[in-house]
Amino acid sequence: MKRIYSVLVENRAGVLSKVAGLFSRRNFNIDSLVVGETADRAVSCMTIVSSGDERTIEQIEKQLNKKIDVIKVKTFKESMSINRELMLIKVKYNRENRRDIMENCQIMNAEIVDMSKNMMVIQICDTSERIELFIEMLRSVSIVEIARTGTVALTKCKEN
Amino acid sequence: MIGAEAIVKCLEKENTEVIFGYSGVAIDPFWNSILDTGIKTVLIRTEQNAAHCASGYARISGKVGVCAVTSGPGATNLITGIATAYADSIPLVAITGQVNSDMIGSDVFQEADITGAVESFVKYSYLIRDVNDIPRVFKEAFFIAGSGRKGPVLIDIPMDVQLAEFGDKLSYPESISMRSYKPTVKGNIVQIKKVIKEVEKAKRPVICVGGGVHLSGATSEIVRFAELNDVPVVSTMMGIGVMPSEHRLYFGMVGNNGQPYANRAMNESDLLLMVGARVADRAVNRPDLITENKVMVHIDVDPAEIGKNVGPTIPLVGDIKHIFNDFLEQDDHADDHRDWVDTLNKYKEDMDSDRVPDYAIEAYVEPRDFIRRLSRAMKDDAVYVADVGQNQIWSCAYHIVKRGRFLTSGGMGTMGYSIPAAMGAKLADSSKQVVAVIGDGAFQMSMMELATMKQYRIPVKIIVLKNGFLGMVREHQHYVYNDNYSMVELKGDPDLGLIAAAYDMEYKKVDGNSDIDGELAAFLESDISALMEVRIDPMELTRF
Repeated sequence: MKRIYSVLVENRAGVLSKVAGLFSRRNFNIDSLVVGETADRAVSCMTIVSSGDERTIEQIEKQLNKKIDVIKVKTFKESMSINRELMLIKVKYNRENRRDIMENCQIMNAEIVDMSKNMMVIQICDTSERIELFIEMLRSVSIVEIARTGTVALTKCKEN
Repeated sequence: MIGAEAIVKCLEKENTEVIFGYSGVAIDPFWNSILDTGIKTVLIRTEQNAAHCASGYARISGKVGVCAVTSGPGATNLITGIATAYADSIPLVAITGQVNSDMIGSDVFQEADITGAVESFVKYSYLIRDVNDIPRVFKEAFFIAGSGRKGPVLIDIPMDVQLAEFGDKLSYPESISMRSYKPTVKGNIVQIKKVIKEVEKAKRPVICVGGGVHLSGATSEIVRFAELNDVPVVSTMMGIGVMPSEHRLYFGMVGNNGQPYANRAMNESDLLLMVGARVADRAVNRPDLITENKVMVHIDVDPAEIGKNVGPTIPLVGDIKHIFNDFLEQDDHADDHRDWVDTLNKYKEDMDSDRVPDYAIEAYVEPRDFIRRLSRAMKDDAVYVADVGQNQIWSCAYHIVKRGRFLTSGGMGTMGYSIPAAMGAKLADSSKQVVAVIGDGAFQMSMMELATMKQYRIPVKIIVLKNGFLGMVREHQHYVYNDNYSMVELKGDPDLGLIAAAYDMEYKKVDGNSDIDGELAAFLESDISALMEVRIDPMELTRF
């Protein structure tokens, strides 16, 4: 089972390593981990995507709460939140496939943000699943490099 | 005033009586500032034991134990002691000196990233960068160590911060509020009422007490509750001593190394109250089975313990003393479980592993019989500190706790814990008789502290069960490796009589021909440190 943990932490030196260390020590998975400041500069928000059985999911939340630097933990399913990830992908193109790539970008709402004679950097901001799909679509082209941010998430305005 | 003096002021505000530690350049400003204060300092002989001493002190005094060592190897040597305290939730504040702030990260002499290294064994750690943070950090550290689920907190202080000018006045925070740390004290009243209902309904209730009961100071509340409701009590290793061993409702220690009837009581109960116990592997073989056919209530101050190893029917988070006071308030009528208690007593008679075997080999003392006799010879309120190994298993099973305490390294199983912990216990309460029982393996890991005992006149009685083997592992190799012994024979063992003489300690040697009761009476009589060597059969097993 996949879960997203939105973790508010004190914005102090070493907090990231404490939280990451907790996951490795307790044998929990990290699918992705993103850290950023919040509206309050003394507080950072970590968005951690993890998976495990029911007991593990519960333990992750409890063990996170136990960390002294953790202020608040919210756990939710992907369906309960708006989830976004940003990817930059550098591809080689040629005359034959340029149009295809541009069409794909259009379909997927991706944007070409940099270009040279034979390479381009495409930016896409979407859910992890759609980013995976976009990568699949570009497989036939030569992919040079990929940089992904990992998921950030906020719970939906209306709870269903 | 400099930073180091500010630290001492903070410790005075926390009513610290004694600090165990070791010196080194990076912690010297602190040791220099503590001279001529009311705080007693004890120079131990290796850093690990500073934490063990502080642990023994904390467990008997009920206060936070304090130790301080230097940077680099001093700090890394302390880690095993800190990990030992963490595994048993013992409140400590460990202070480490650090190299100058501007040198951190450049691998200078005696630099170690101790806050990084110790991360998974501490409740929290600090690296103080600004001298003005000292009062807040110390207030927080003592608060964190001694509240909620207790545990060690480490404070790393660079030398330049210790030497920096602090100002003339130190205002120590009176109270503290941390938005990210608010341990639950009071139990949820709805849950409490649910538990009371279950207790009233139960036909075969059992309470299993763990170390959390001692840490919460809830011993008398548990005993009262058990007596009022006529509920049998079993314990984990860390919970030994909550109930007097010979109490009519006490049925021994559970687990692989426990009494079979204690396990049977737990398994056959229809209501099990797990109190301040983490249902660890050594206590409960199959946590998934323990909840079968019964209502299980898990009471713990640490919400993360609940559901970690076993899923309870009723979780109850809070301080045990508070919760049991609420139980006693809510539950006003006495129950009677005479049939169930009778059944357990019958199990006890039938499966009596307490029975001490007859012994034929004259050269050796029967260890179970010896521990029984030792218990009887000790004062009622004495502190018994068991080390790790076969001696620990025998001590758990055969020591009779009356009004005293039983200390051991339960979670980590750290060899060599007993001697320094006994020293700390004695310094916490000099009126108590303190006896450490240890094997010859662990003794050789910690015998350097005999010098500390001599230097500070700490009268601890040490009993070495000597068999020339690392007995517990030898026993394992006997069963698992068909007596192919590897790395367990202690050849070249020293003459303990000469060692005792070297430290001016009284010494006695006991073998199968000795008048054990007479020797024990003489050994325990005086309030000076003494060493007793007890020869036991190297092939002795903890299981029959």
